[in-house]
Amino acid sequence: MGEAIVITSGKGGVGKTTTSANIGTALALLGKKVCLVDTDIGLRNLDVVMGLENRIIYDLVDVAEGRCRLGQAIIKDKRFDELYMLPAAQTKDKDSVTPEQIRDIVLELKKEHDYIIIDCPAGIEQGFRNAVAGADRAIVVTTPENSAVRDADRVIGLLEQSKIPAKLVINRIRMNMVKSGEMLDIDEICQVLAIDLVGIVPDDEKVISAANNGEPTVMNPASKAAIAYRNIGRRILGDMVPLMQLDEKGGAFKRIRKFLGIG
Amino acid sequence: MTEKQHIVIKGVKEGLVFLLDDQCPYDALIEELQYKLEKTHQQLLSGPLVHVHVKLGSRRLGEEAKEKIKSVIRAQGNLMIQSIESDAPASQDEQGADKLQVLTTIVRSGQIVKHDGDLLLIGDVNPGGSILCTGDIYVLGALRGVAHAGVEGHIDAIIAASLMRPTQLRIADVISRPPEEWMSGDSAMEFAYLSEGQMQIDKLSQMHRVRNNPIMFKYKEV
Repeated sequence: MGEAIVITSGKGGVGKTTTSANIGTALALLGKKVCLVDTDIGLRNLDVVMGLENRIIYDLVDVAEGRCRLGQAIIKDKRFDELYMLPAAQTKDKDSVTPEQIRDIVLELKKEHDYIIIDCPAGIEQGFRNAVAGADRAIVVTTPENSAVRDADRVIGLLEQSKIPAKLVINRIRMNMVKSGEMLDIDEICQVLAIDLVGIVPDDEKVISAANNGEPTVMNPASKAAIAYRNIGRRILGDMVPLMQLDEKGGAFKRIRKFLGIG
Repeated sequence: MTEKQHIVIKGVKEGLVFLLDDQCPYDALIEELQYKLEKTHQQLLSGPLVHVHVKLGSRRLGEEAKEKIKSVIRAQGNLMIQSIESDAPASQDEQGADKLQVLTTIVRSGQIVKHDGDLLLIGDVNPGGSILCTGDIYVLGALRGVAHAGVEGHIDAIIAASLMRPTQLRIADVISRPPEEWMSGDSAMEFAYLSEGQMQIDKLSQMHRVRNNPIMFKYKEV
């Protein structure tokens, strides 16, 4: 029996889909059998980010309404051993499925997979209720902006009501802005939201280019964001991984100076 | 009327004092009052005009209930009611202590906590979250959202917090947006109160000046 994790945020554009794709891929790289589920019906993106758009035949709504079997709708990502995805429908809207239907689908998927990563749509309406219906736990994504933190707080409140334990990912941190005091720092956010931090992801241009190429960033180990997502994956599996040091720049020379004791 | 008497009538210099028991049911009180005035204390009623003070003890009555007592006493021609009062300060303290509720939670964005009486919240109030109380609000944690004390117009209500960073404070019907100077860098515990209709903020250690706590006076006298 696997575990279902919903990736949610309340606010749009903070990186739910990117986080879903990368955490899912990271877990697959760590040898787990993972299924990504896109519940953003009508505005599906996860397939694009994963580069699997052209392989969709059936979708979530088809499964929910019984037009196909679950196995027919699931797409296997051939780049990895055990990574699958269930795409959302693009033509319908959020009301075309019920939380019960999603719960049944997730329950079915849990039998076959170690982890089900559910990509939640923005907002707290029907789409959100659908996405959290089958989830065992949640990862709330936020960025170091007041508006995103406010919405994350609202969502954490709703998750608490549904008795779903939530952890936090802070996305798109720009260390130079945090240092100059223009951006909220990590401690401040954690203090307000008062939930466990499961990872911080630095702002990285490679994430954007990777998403456009349909390759999750995690696959490129040269990117800092990739390391961050891999760390999150390991933490989900229960490893103790220290938080990334974001402020140490361009290492080698500095490290030598430090080694010589003049740094 | 053989059971315990609920009403004691005393003669004082200014007239009569009716001491009404504060534990028995209200209806019994009215019944006994009627009975006493009409049957047993006839001698009071034949004579010159007498001033009457009614003391309710710790009982709280609405206007309607007070009016009922007045009308019963007034029915006897020569009794004139000067006052009807509950012993305010002591009973208020007791009531406050009874109604203080302790709540351990985080009030997150979009959540509203309503309470009748005083509330002690152990936890934070996040931006977008609200607390509404008819009495005082004490936050053992950070107050970053909206707090409204004295919702029903009680202007003596206060709002105290370990970390005072509210989006808005309201006491009775006074609304205040914290000006910049509240946001002092020090994280001392502070409280908000109304002084002449204006919201004031002060260090928690100054609260005794605003609240003349009767117990403290007693100790001084001793």
